[in-house]
Amino acid sequence: MRQEIPLLITAIVGIGFVIQYFIPHWPFGKMSDWFSDWFSIVGACAIILGALNLLKVSIEKTYRRKEDWGYAAVIIASFLLMTIIGIAEGRGFRNPGTSFDWLYNFVYIPLSATMFAILAFFVASASYRAFRARNFEATLLLIAAFFVMIGRVPVGHTLSSFMPIGWQLSDLASWVMTVPQAAGQRAIMIGIGLGIVSTSLRIILGLERAHIGGGK
Amino acid sequence: MEHFALWLSAFLTLGILSFLYKDNPWYKLSEAIFVGISAGFWFVTLFWDNLVGKFWDGWQDEPMLFVGAALGFLMLLRLVPKIGWISRWPLAFIVGATSGLWLMNYLASNIMVQVQATIQPLFSISYASGFDAGWGAIISSLVIVVGTFTGLVYFFFSKEHKGAFGGAARVGIFFIMITFGASFGYTVMSRMSLLIGRMDFLLGDWLGMIG
Repeated sequence: MRQEIPLLITAIVGIGFVIQYFIPHWPFGKMSDWFSDWFSIVGACAIILGALNLLKVSIEKTYRRKEDWGYAAVIIASFLLMTIIGIAEGRGFRNPGTSFDWLYNFVYIPLSATMFAILAFFVASASYRAFRARNFEATLLLIAAFFVMIGRVPVGHTLSSFMPIGWQLSDLASWVMTVPQAAGQRAIMIGIGLGIVSTSLRIILGLERAHIGGGK
Repeated sequence: MEHFALWLSAFLTLGILSFLYKDNPWYKLSEAIFVGISAGFWFVTLFWDNLVGKFWDGWQDEPMLFVGAALGFLMLLRLVPKIGWISRWPLAFIVGATSGLWLMNYLASNIMVQVQATIQPLFSISYASGFDAGWGAIISSLVIVVGTFTGLVYFFFSKEHKGAFGGAARVGIFFIMITFGASFGYTVMSRMSLLIGRMDFLLGDWLGMIG
């Protein structure tokens, strides 16, 4: 029962979505609407489960005074602060002027933007290693990245302003993005598409069972 | 309150930036606040938008939403170790739905549409305008066809990359390297843009050094 029922659910829901793609009428169209609604609700519960699990792990860490338990206590406090305020504010929790909105603008946004911004330094360090023209392939990578970066900043426009229109650095950057880059991207996308189609088929047919705890 | 908000934002921004020196208590504190606030943000957003907005407001008109709510409840049983295995049922639902959706969507968008966009007429001939195409457009279209085809050849590992097949795969690598280079450049630009935004906040909004 622990293996068979999940396999059956996966197969029925997966096949249901495939059928409704070809027959978007009653009853398959309605079934697809139900599945989509259930998907939203279950997906929300999955994220809420993740948040509750984080709370559980942090409480355990704080209670047992494990290493860095103080930071776990900060996680609990910030989670509870955001959650209690958000729930108490009601449906209009995102409206400008609410406490939730204040926390979002002055705590969440600065933290998330800076967290991604520091990646600029690590990317710069990676560029130093990756952008050495050791062979022809690495040189192509270097040239493509150079044109994309220089072509999208004002200094690139200034440097090549004496060139005829269509041959300036910004035009070359656009050409690299829309032609050779698009060609490679398309090959990658088609490859990804084929991989997803085959993996989805394996899951629906019950050949892939990792999500229900392996092949036992 | 406005000043307090600015100082708090600056304190947290500098806390995250301090990681560039090394891992330190200020960074760890800011990171812990980020983790807690993010989890709370998504908890509240999904609670109001999906659980209340989708289920609570809609179950009178659509009783079948109770099945979704029941599956969601079973998902939360993961927190109870003895009966945690029941959460495999909603998980199986999520995996099945995603597989069914992606099977058709990726087949259509990533395969069919991409192939269709690649194989385009090089030029058009009509009585009104005669031969209608620029050489630039023709060359660009040919480059896209060659790049996409050779890129796919490179990803085909069931045949050894030797001879003409190996040559095509090598051309494919060149296109893929251009793609990676361009994507890398694009990522660098977006991260730099975020960094400029934070510097603008620190030096402008907070310290008032730039106007």
